[in-house]
Amino acid sequence: MITERLANPELAELEVGGVTRASFLVRGAVAAAAVYGTAAAAPFVSSALGATSDIDILNFALTLEYLETDFYQVKAKTVGLTGLAKHDAANFGMEEAAHVAALTQAIKSSGGTPVPKPTFSFPVASAASFLSLAYVVENLGVSAYNGAGPLLKSKALLAAAGSIVQVEARHAAAIGLLIGKSPTPTGGFDTPKNMAQVLAVAGPLIKK
Amino acid sequence: MPNDLEEREDELAPQTRGIVEELVRDDVGRKKFLKAVGTAGAASFGAFVLAACGSSSTTTKTKPPATTTAPPAAAASVPASFGAGDIGILNYALTLEYLEDQFYAKVIAAKLFTGAVGSLVSEFGAQEAEHVAAIHATVLKLGGTPAAKPTGKFPIGSAADVAKLAYTVENLGASAYLGQAGSISSPTVLAAALAIHTVEARHAATLATLVPGGHVTPTGAFANPATAATVLAAVKPFIA
Repeated sequence: MITERLANPELAELEVGGVTRASFLVRGAVAAAAVYGTAAAAPFVSSALGATSDIDILNFALTLEYLETDFYQVKAKTVGLTGLAKHDAANFGMEEAAHVAALTQAIKSSGGTPVPKPTFSFPVASAASFLSLAYVVENLGVSAYNGAGPLLKSKALLAAAGSIVQVEARHAAAIGLLIGKSPTPTGGFDTPKNMAQVLAVAGPLIKK
Repeated sequence: MPNDLEEREDELAPQTRGIVEELVRDDVGRKKFLKAVGTAGAASFGAFVLAACGSSSTTTKTKPPATTTAPPAAAASVPASFGAGDIGILNYALTLEYLEDQFYAKVIAAKLFTGAVGSLVSEFGAQEAEHVAAIHATVLKLGGTPAAKPTGKFPIGSAADVAKLAYTVENLGASAYLGQAGSISSPTVLAAALAIHTVEARHAATLATLVPGGHVTPTGAFANPATAATVLAAVKPFIA
């Protein structure tokens, strides 16, 4: 059954509106701060505390897109990628940068303030470990957007987020194929993640 | 870069993605095919942002963009014959999933793909069957009547031709889900649709590696939605 498959307590509570949504975000950020320290969670916490607007969700997404962009555009150049992996990293990096630009503009146009770009630390030194982390990060992005999508109030922003998450999924599949991992790691249905779950993976990669 | 298909193919030519090497490359019809796939057009990121910001219902309205660009086609409802509201959208999706399921069943039966590619094709087929089952069950759960199963007819030719068709079908499926996202009322149904949407995208990206000139992200950083009218017109030739 589709609802069982996607079982997610937060999603089940959505219909009650803003209060649940806010607690969803705050709970996740606070939990993450407890584990990784406030520095790691800062970009998320600042959003989550006022977490009743789409802007907060966009800032959450922006942080992840900053992470991905930095990973592909900076870290990728240090690990000796060659061939198709190098080609994909370059393309994907440009696409993540376009997501950063789009989200930044969307936040500003909506009257919000984009979160500053964090600094990142990626514990990879080889092409192989880079690609393994790329697979994790891209799949994380898919889960994050899919988890946040139903929280967006604006249908236009939902469409925009959908347009981005589809591209993240394509990246994830392509990276999976490069390293012999499944292009569909959770089968017929991608599993959404809430903020705490996303931070459990992304938090350690954020220095400040 | 959204439109570097030629360049990418050149770069890909000497080195395959591993599973690609199991397929014979076939350039016949590639140009025509690329044109068909590409006409959805690269939604410029500017257009995307304008669309994203232009009609926010919850944030403070800011001044409208000086240059208005048509938002990505979406929001057009599904034909009334599928039902109203979420049930209608689900029945539309069910119809597409039925076709995908039948398509993969025929491809698998034809034994065109072996090895790693064969395994992936079988996996994807099984996932489409899961989509059918899940959506069918959800329609019933919402009190609706599931759409009748269409009878598909698909040209099953060479492995290369079938890979191209599969690539087209999966890109269309991903666009179809994206086109409906904003019209779904129930958060639970929306979550389910999103979960399926990205799997269709994963299928499309995988198949891109089997198709000469295929592209993991054919429209660049932003995927394009498709209206029900567009999608249904595109699948019409595949319904008996």
